[in-house]
Amino acid sequence: METNFTHHQSAHCENGVASNLLKHSGINISEPMVFGIGSGLFFVYLPFVKVNHAPAISYRPLPGQIFNKLAKRLGLKIKRQKFSSIANANKALDENLKNNIPSGLQVGVYNLTYFPDEYRFHFNAHNLVVYGKTDTDYLISDPVMENVTTLTHEELNKVRFAKGAFAPRGQIYYPIQIPKTIDLKSAIVKGIKNTCRDMLAPVPIVGVRGIRFVAKQIRKWPKKHGTKIANHYLAQLVRMQEEIGTGGGGFRFIYAAFLQEASGILENDQLRELSLKMTVIGDLWRDFAVNASRVYKNRSTQEDVYNTLADELAAIADKEEIFFKKLRNVIKVY
Amino acid sequence: MKKEEVPQDKGNLSKSNMKELVYAIDEKGDYTTALSSGWEPKSIALSNSIAEINERIETALCQVKAGQASPILYFMELNKMDTQILASYVGIWKWRVKRHYRPNVFKRLTDKILQKYADTFGIPLTKLKNFNAD
Repeated sequence: METNFTHHQSAHCENGVASNLLKHSGINISEPMVFGIGSGLFFVYLPFVKVNHAPAISYRPLPGQIFNKLAKRLGLKIKRQKFSSIANANKALDENLKNNIPSGLQVGVYNLTYFPDEYRFHFNAHNLVVYGKTDTDYLISDPVMENVTTLTHEELNKVRFAKGAFAPRGQIYYPIQIPKTIDLKSAIVKGIKNTCRDMLAPVPIVGVRGIRFVAKQIRKWPKKHGTKIANHYLAQLVRMQEEIGTGGGGFRFIYAAFLQEASGILENDQLRELSLKMTVIGDLWRDFAVNASRVYKNRSTQEDVYNTLADELAAIADKEEIFFKKLRNVIKVY
Repeated sequence: MKKEEVPQDKGNLSKSNMKELVYAIDEKGDYTTALSSGWEPKSIALSNSIAEINERIETALCQVKAGQASPILYFMELNKMDTQILASYVGIWKWRVKRHYRPNVFKRLTDKILQKYADTFGIPLTKLKNFNAD
């Protein structure tokens, strides 16, 4: 069985799944639009949680939030289900495919056999769409891949029931109710307001203050943990930042693309200008990644390089603070 | 990032011919998408993490050889796991999993518990029981 689903590649998995599923339901919405309305731009630093033996830094909200917020703001309903048994999870998925409903799944990355080995870590917040089934395989549309692919029945069970943090527990989701008309304008305004609130939150580990906090910590890492661990932390920071479309530069560019599209829809030229500013900030994030990678590649032992990096990150935080304050003012009138 | 600046470095992705999508601006300043085959800072970060994992595997192996740790610790590292992830896969509390890293505790484990570990690591039970570190 196969549903008539069209695959589009995207930069980030959750945006891609949301955008592809909605396109299938007749709402033509781009990836940047999904990202912007769903308030996908975020930053949080959790020093007390360790991921891959380094402090957790997330550039994205909790898995599922982008699509949930998007659905709420566009007035559509999505159904989410988790399962305790593999058999029930399979039954629900097969039923959907029989009814011609391509379904979004949250999966673990470790057993995704079509990924290169180096990318297979225990990370459970990946998303993909299953759009069909054969006797041996499920037909998979993974939005970060150029083309569609397949997983055997057993492999799909494994990724759906991966364990650890954010265990997907077979989670399946799909839109069940689409309104006749959608109010894109108010959804965009709500999305932008939410992102400004998040990034300017008065919480030390969230948003621009979180970025500044990390900058402060980078200065302390070499003294506190030695250069070896400091370099490992730094590598981990860059991996979370730039891997497969998530985080730093990549997210800034998607957001800039969103602001550009939004400026057309809201007929507001200021948003187009801000989009350019966001692009500049995205480039700064990329410069930061380049410089950080030099530090751990050369295994530099000078403490000074960490201070330089910290300065760079703090400067980005300052720029983003100014940016989001401006954006908040521009969007206030709506 | 301008479209012509989209990095096309040889990286971990190019081996498998995978390309990722990125957003960039064209000559008119409009946003568009482009494919990137890889970016050096990213592949350096990734290889750094992989080297780190290999080092952990090596250390675990030495500990098993020296009789300071059980094979469970080695296979955990080999599967890129940590105690938290392993504990949730086998369905055993973390403090018990940690105890199972001790060789003398490991020796007394029942086949039923060992089977859970073997299934998680995707190896036959005998390989876990008669693990030869050399």
